[in-house]
Parts: sequence; structure tokens; C-alpha cells
Amino acid sequence: MTQTLGGTVEPEKSADHPEPTPEAPPSLIDAARFPGVRPSPMRAADGTPTFIVPAANLLEVVSYLRDEGGFRLFEDITAVDWLPKEPRFEMVYHLMAIPAFQPIRLKVQVPGNKPKVPSLTSLFEGANWYEREVFDLFGITFEGHPDLRRIEMPEDWEGHPLRKDYPMTGPRRPNLPANQFRAEGRNGAPQA
Amino acid sequence: MEDLQIKERWLDDDEDTYLKEINDVADPKKELMTINMGPQHPSTHGVLRLIVTLRGEEVVKCESDIGYLHTGIEKQAEGKTYNQALTLTDRTDYLNPLINNLGFTLATERLLGITDKIPPKATVARVLLTELQRISSHLVWLGTHAMDLGAQSTFLYGMRDREKILDIFEMVSGVRMMTSYIMPGGLYADLPPGFDVKVAEFIQYFKGRWPEYHSLLTNSELWIERTKGVAAITADQALSWGVTGPMLRACGIAYDIRKVFPYIGYETYDFEVPTAQSGDVYDRFIVRMNEVNQSIRLVEQALNRLPEGEWQVADLKIVPPKKYQIATTMESLIHHFKLYTEGYKPVAGEVYQRVESARGELAYYMVSNGTNKPYRMHIRAPSFANLQSMGPSLDGRANFADIVAAIGSIDIILGEVDR
Repeated sequence: MTQTLGGTVEPEKSADHPEPTPEAPPSLIDAARFPGVRPSPMRAADGTPTFIVPAANLLEVVSYLRDEGGFRLFEDITAVDWLPKEPRFEMVYHLMAIPAFQPIRLKVQVPGNKPKVPSLTSLFEGANWYEREVFDLFGITFEGHPDLRRIEMPEDWEGHPLRKDYPMTGPRRPNLPANQFRAEGRNGAPQA
Repeated sequence: MEDLQIKERWLDDDEDTYLKEINDVADPKKELMTINMGPQHPSTHGVLRLIVTLRGEEVVKCESDIGYLHTGIEKQAEGKTYNQALTLTDRTDYLNPLINNLGFTLATERLLGITDKIPPKATVARVLLTELQRISSHLVWLGTHAMDLGAQSTFLYGMRDREKILDIFEMVSGVRMMTSYIMPGGLYADLPPGFDVKVAEFIQYFKGRWPEYHSLLTNSELWIERTKGVAAITADQALSWGVTGPMLRACGIAYDIRKVFPYIGYETYDFEVPTAQSGDVYDRFIVRMNEVNQSIRLVEQALNRLPEGEWQVADLKIVPPKKYQIATTMESLIHHFKLYTEGYKPVAGEVYQRVESARGELAYYMVSNGTNKPYRMHIRAPSFANLQSMGPSLDGRANFADIVAAIGSIDIILGEVDR
């Protein structure tokens, strides 16, 4: 098959364009003011500047970013479970500067025992449902959240499904190899 | 007097006294009534449940209850290889499967580091198909939104024209909705013969039809009465809520991922980002109507530059070999086997890939730990944030019938909200 380049498309150009800056310019977070903030060592394939923020400084840093850095668009809150590492959880925040269109990613490391982080609901109203979702699916509590309830799962659900020690097949049915029959039958009831 | 106070109430007010008053339903003097709307209701566009507190016709508080369509897609993806997880992305936003495929695909390609190796035919076809998808999604939005507000005929016309777009998707991928056609490394299969003719025919047809939709609604007095000034939010509120897409652009902020962080070559296309000012239901309507015009332009441009050639990268570690190769060469057979049993292993890292869905900023946050399955796949669903802003935009400022207008203007997809 012959390959002909048609039109004016330049995929090479579009490929490395999407994020405006490959690494964090020093002005994003004032290092002298927030000495606890450090860049994240993980490879960021999208080139978004990523910082690890101590949980105690989170509200300060985010309100600084919002009020002085122009990061006014609240984008996303989620978490990653790094079991069996400690600190086990990592909160991941995405904010966007408007109208500079500069993205930033913040991470907060959270211990596995009684995980809790300060809530961003006082700064961004949109954080409300996102933090409820993380609470629901990871079991991380948010201090200062006005309405911390489960959002996706039923209120009486046991466990937090997105934790890595939560079985893919449900809370009472541990993972089995794919082609193995279950002794208790398909519906989990013990056989007579 | 009391009514006036409630009218002025907005997001900044004291939450405690507010909730106390609402919970004080037992007091007959307050005359509040709490009613339940959904989760099975024709106007909630799926399984959305609303708990509405009313004083007469006036909405005092509108709370959304979601989770009825939670299918654990983020958890399921952790147990699947990248190619298997692709099929889950169709099921999140089921009116928008190709754009969801694209978000997942671009994120995975970033992790693999093959973003710049995608052949031009695949890149152009991605633009063409996702813009057709945007039109089809907006047609469903328009039809259902108008039908909720009493304009039945728009729904019939919208579905008629959407079906023609779904025919094109069926032509390329074999299925109308759950396409999984855009995949890491390019496209699932080559574009079929006659594809460009069919798209050109559709565009020719649709350009004639589109003004009819405008004539049905845009200047209709009934339509304006029902939508103008309803559920308006300001730009600052929208940013704080994380509202994106047509809802944010209706507030006057031209935030479109296709312009701001161009992907699949959007910077080489000629299109505009429609905006409006007041952020109410009517302005969201106008923004989406104008977006369809831009999508038509984009489809035409993509069709004109659609090149011949390969539709997948040449790397057999990422895309399956052709069927005739499997039958003739040993290496292809091994590659085929390895790809479908083990998959590929991106280098450890993370990526937050934004794409402009029909509803707003759709983003895939993926974390790889170097194995063949995504360690974490989080979907930043635009409907989730947009729906969250709906309750506060109505509280104390709307009548009961406005709720239906507000739901329609958000264009929620519960599959995406609950994931």
C-alpha cells in the first residue's frame, strides 16, 4: 500500500504541542514561601507541572494558586492507591489557570491508617462531589467537608471499591483465577 | 417578605440557616413540600433522582442524587489490558463513544510515547468521526431538550438525522454506538470504500436540514419564554464549580480544549469557538447550535484532506497484524498471540489527557506502573461537574417547570456521571 501525505496535516507538530510548557516554570509555586512543596518524581507523559504538597499546606497552596496564580478553573480531584507502599494513598488535584490556560497538578500523600486530608470545598465549590466520590471509593475522609456521604455506592455498602485490596469480584467474593469454578456456585450461596 | 428573601439567596449565603429552614418541613407555617423526581422519570435523561423542596411552584432547594448507574468502570479497567479497557470507554458516555475512545486512546498513546507516529489518515479520520459524533450528540440533546419543554417535532427530526450519522459509524466499525473504533495506534480497521462519498452526501443533506432546526426553535416566543434567564450562572461560579464545555462558553469564557490544547491536529483546522454572555439555558442552546455549524465546517475540511495510506502504526507490539500476515508469517502469529494475551506495557508514568467532548472537558487520568494493565484510570466526566452546579443554580430562583429546562440544558449522560 502506498503512503501519500495529503492536505496540510502535520501529526508531528500536533503531537508535542498540547501542553504549553514541558517543565514547571519556577514562578508557578513560590519555593521560598512554601518550602515543603517539591516537584513530583513520577514521569508526567503529558508534561503537566506536578508538585507534591504536604497535607498541612494544601489549603494555603491552593488558595495562593487560585488568588495569585490565576488558577480559577477547578478541574478534577481523584486518588491513587499505592498499596503496599507507605504513604499508601495519593490525592491528585488538577487546576487550570484562566485565561493563561496553564495546567497544574498537585499531589498529597496520605497515610494508609485513618487517611484524611483537608477539604477544598471552602475554595472551590465543585470539590464537593469529587471529594465525596473519593471518600466513597477510597475511604479517605476530608476535614471540613460540609456533606461527606457516599455518592456512587449505596449508603450501606461495605468497603471502598477502588482500594487495591478490594476484590474485583465484590466484597465477599475474593478474586479467583479466570478459569476456575467457584465451589460455592455462581451466586455465592453455599451449596447444600 | 419571606419570599423576597429567598429570591435573593444564592451560593454565598449562610448554609446552616438555609438548611435548617428547609428541614423544618414539619412547621405548617413554612408550607414547604418535598417531592421526589426520578430516578425513573422521562425528563431526567436516565436515572437521575432529584429531591426538590418547593414552596408552591417555587424551588427552594433542588438536590441531585446520583449513583443509580454506577458500574465500576474505573475499577474494571484496572483488571483489563489496555485494549480491553478501551471497550469500557464506550459505555461511559453512550452518546459520545468515539470521543471517549479518543480520550482513552490519546492518553494511552502518550504513555506509550507513540503520539507522533500515528499515520495522517488515522489522525484526519479521528477528527472527522469525532466531529460527526459531536453533531449526533447535539442532535439528541436538542431533540430531548426540546421535547421536555413541549416541542415534540424537534425530537423526531433530530433522531432522523442522527440515524444517518449512526449509519456512517456502522459502516466503519460495524456497530452503531459501541464503536471502539479509535484505538491506541490508529484505527481499528481501514475506512471502508465509499466512506468519503457517504460522508459528503450526509454533509450536503444536513447543511440543508440544519436551518430547519433553527426555524423550529431559535426565534420561537414559546421557546424563549421557557429558557431565557433560567438557571443562569456567572463565569466565576462556573469556574469554581468546574463547569466546562458549552455551559462555560455560554458564560463568556472561550475555553475549548480543541483551541487551548490542540490534539489530533486541531490547530491546523479553521474553526471558531462560539460563546454567549448570560450563562442561562437559552445561551447554552445558542452555543450548542453554533457549535454544530463549526463541526460541519470541520467535517468538510477533514474530508477534503483525508489521505490514502496506512491507518495504524507499524509497530506490531501495539496493533494487531493483518489477517493475511497471520496466515503466512510466524512472527505475525506470535505478535497476534502476545498482543491479545498479554498486551503492551507502557513505561511507568502518569498522564492527564483532555479532549473536548460534546459536554465539556473530558479527561482521562491514567497511571501506568509498567505492567500491561492501567494501574489507575480515572475519567474526569464533564457531566459530573456540570450536573453538580445545577441544584445551586436553581435554588430559590426558579419554578418547578424550570428544573426540566435546566436538566436538558446541561445535557447530562448518567452513564458518564456515575461511571
